[in-house]
Amino acid sequence: MAFKQHSVLPGFNLALGYTLLYLSIIVLLPLSALVFKSSHLDLAGFWHAVAEPRVVASYKLTFVASALAASINLVAGLLIAWVLVRYPFPGKRFIDALVDLPFALPTAVAGIALATIYAPNGWIGQYFEPFGIKIAFTPIGVVIALTFITLPFVVRTVQPVLQELEKELEEAAASLGATRLQVFQRVILPTLLPALLTGFALAFARAIGEYGSVIFIAGNMPYVSEITPLMIISKLEQYDYLGATAIAVVMLGVSFLLLFVINGLQWWSAKRLGRRR
Amino acid sequence: MAGASNNVHRSIVTTESRSVRWLLTGLALLFIALFLVVPLASVFYEALRKGFGLYFQALVEPDALSAVKLTLIAALISVPLNLVFGVAAAWAIAKFEFRGKSVLITLIDLPFSVSPVVAGLIYVLMVGAQGWWGPWLIEHDIKIIFAIPGIVLATVFVTFPFVARELIPLMEAQGSEEEQAAMTLGASGWQTFWRVTLPNIKWGLLYGVILANARAMGEFGAVSVVSGHIRGETNTIPLHVEILYNEYNFVGAFACASLLALLALVTLALKSFVEWRAEKQAEAARRDATE
Amino acid sequence: MPRLLAALLAAALSLPAVADTTLLNVSYDVMRDFYKDYNPAFTKHYEQRFREKVTVQQSHGGSSKQARSVIDGLEADVVTMNQSTDIDAIVEKGKQINPGWEKRLPNDSAPFSSLQVLIVRKGNPKGIKDWSDLLKPGVQVVVPNPKTSGNGRYTYLAAWGYALKQPGGNETKAREFVTGLFKNVPVLDSGGRAATTTFMQRNIGDVLVTFENEAEMIAREFGRGGFEVVYPSISIDADLPVAVVDKVVDKKGTRKVAEEYLKYLWSPAGQDIAAQNYLRPRDPKVFAKYAKQFPDVKLFGVNEFGGLQKAQKVHFDDGGVYDQIAASIAKK
Repeated sequence: MAFKQHSVLPGFNLALGYTLLYLSIIVLLPLSALVFKSSHLDLAGFWHAVAEPRVVASYKLTFVASALAASINLVAGLLIAWVLVRYPFPGKRFIDALVDLPFALPTAVAGIALATIYAPNGWIGQYFEPFGIKIAFTPIGVVIALTFITLPFVVRTVQPVLQELEKELEEAAASLGATRLQVFQRVILPTLLPALLTGFALAFARAIGEYGSVIFIAGNMPYVSEITPLMIISKLEQYDYLGATAIAVVMLGVSFLLLFVINGLQWWSAKRLGRRR
Repeated sequence: MAGASNNVHRSIVTTESRSVRWLLTGLALLFIALFLVVPLASVFYEALRKGFGLYFQALVEPDALSAVKLTLIAALISVPLNLVFGVAAAWAIAKFEFRGKSVLITLIDLPFSVSPVVAGLIYVLMVGAQGWWGPWLIEHDIKIIFAIPGIVLATVFVTFPFVARELIPLMEAQGSEEEQAAMTLGASGWQTFWRVTLPNIKWGLLYGVILANARAMGEFGAVSVVSGHIRGETNTIPLHVEILYNEYNFVGAFACASLLALLALVTLALKSFVEWRAEKQAEAARRDATE
Repeated sequence: MPRLLAALLAAALSLPAVADTTLLNVSYDVMRDFYKDYNPAFTKHYEQRFREKVTVQQSHGGSSKQARSVIDGLEADVVTMNQSTDIDAIVEKGKQINPGWEKRLPNDSAPFSSLQVLIVRKGNPKGIKDWSDLLKPGVQVVVPNPKTSGNGRYTYLAAWGYALKQPGGNETKAREFVTGLFKNVPVLDSGGRAATTTFMQRNIGDVLVTFENEAEMIAREFGRGGFEVVYPSISIDADLPVAVVDKVVDKKGTRKVAEEYLKYLWSPAGQDIAAQNYLRPRDPKVFAKYAKQFPDVKLFGVNEFGGLQKAQKVHFDDGGVYDQIAASIAKK
């Protein structure tokens, strides 16, 4: 098989050549510098850097908080998408646009705003303070920040699928005597599943790497509320370049893995949709 | 959104009872209010709590102005670069079939999921004084890291996929029949691109540019690692916000933050507008096709 | 469009070049207010004496983070840190500063010092008087992270030294003491400034441990009504060292002005500005003038720990005593 199938359109060599060159300079070369640098460590040294208890605690927090935030958005995102597609209400266009706010609002701004609101004397934090619940500067704060940052993902992946969902299926199920809840569970949910999972995975991937919004609200207690990107910064501040690089390589590996999962999910999703059409 | 109005006329079995609808809508709006509206409102509240005078004073301070300037420079360089890249990549990927295409798409997506901190670190490792090319750069007195080029590079990295990501699915969906027709009628490659392809993708392109621009102006983590934080020199607006915040100058910090929040709102408005235009264009195309 | 881009690129690249002599002072978080007063005084002095204009640029951040930037190539002409170990790191890892820097200026190259004080809420509701009160159940202590902040490290060492100097004090007891203190820490901010924000703005904690001069900054920013400063029975003498970055000044040809910039810190004018910013001056005359704002506190130096470098290795490096303490607290 030839590298490229024949086409009458011109510009393939130029476009692909430029794409590869630019990709190499901006993305691949710097990332290979990272991997190259980490190869200065032998396996034991690498393991020591990435499996140190404090770093392991940060993985746990990062993964658990990211998973929680993505789960919250799985439910809330489905709800918001559902309401936006199915129910009429005033100001809908505005709300629809507002959902993308976390994409547009710089993370540092989100960080200081959330820290201010959820501090014990903040707008929302003050109502939790009497019950002894602290949000800002605890792992709960991390989950809140990540929930904010990843809010649009599930909404935006589920919304288009929900829009294209054929009413006939629901009608058929209903006429066969299914209750509304059964229709939702047996007909709607399975159709939405690939999109939901894609949204979840996108949100999870984004949450794991997030830094700007989290550091302001996390409190950064060792073993309790330090996220993994902060460990990289902390290693750098102790002049431990190799340690920082090793943790960065681990994170890069996780990013790659998640990307493949997401691509797989999108492919599954597309196949699902294609079959239904 | 079009589907929503149709539902009303359908039989009640395919929708929920009125109370459930109200409950769900209320819950969704409550969630949005708590998680989106309150933080946004708090930025403006904190910025203005000591009055408009202090607010404007914080914005016209020389360090704040130079941060605005640097942020604009970074965005003005990185967005066009990634725009050209996005078009080239989408052209190659959407209009042609070749081996390794899915790997290429995955690599283009990579900057999306790389932590911003890692994005900053890689440039330190490459062009920092202790990095790969550091000694050579110092010898030739070329400043990249802790200067504007470093900030631009980090910004280019984090906004890398935005335009490409918008254009690839759009151009794939549009296919290449129109371009092929133009070519058979004797148009040159560039003519075809300018007259046929570009008008078809302009709204998608704009959409990608708007998102890339928002990210470029708001990036914090990656830029923070490579900036050096020289006041009035290498601080972008988000970094300036952090510095003011750490100096207990909360009015100043939130005033600059409110600039970015305004930018976010403008971005959302533009985005909605572009989406609306794109929808109209798609509808018009569909109508033309059926006529 | 391409022409516009080219113009922008040219503008961007030419920006760092400034006609006048420019000095970059890379400093740590809480020194901003001092250098804001000192830089104009210095430029005036320099212009009068040498008929040359100087512009001083500032960069502020956590002390170690700033040192890291210099190691990675941030072209600082002078560094003004809160710990000699941060300058030693530049000597060792970046080699931009020549060894022996601390001997080039008086007082081990530290033009002024500060010490760790306890800041409590108005009326001192928890009755905090000394280090030992910080271990009481129900007392929350806000301290910056000793891993990333010089401020936090001085606090840790001050508490350790206090415990050592108590009757029957030894290393084991000191360790227990410091463990008890950090058990009462609800938030570990990455730097001194963030810790102050946590304490003052967020209203978290009963005690904030920080530099004496930072207490004054808090008063200026938040007003004097909200808190009280408690001087413990004994504290640590925190020398705040400065150095010329040899490699950079030799390349830029700014050695003369950089050295003058640091030397002027010891002048009566420089010392006076320091005292106004509540940094303890070295000049006895200036100290006498401001004596009433610097209460007499028994101090011990970092030589108790065999110098900061050794303290860093034993206590704060990865796997060191502080890490073990943090791990033991997390397990409970």
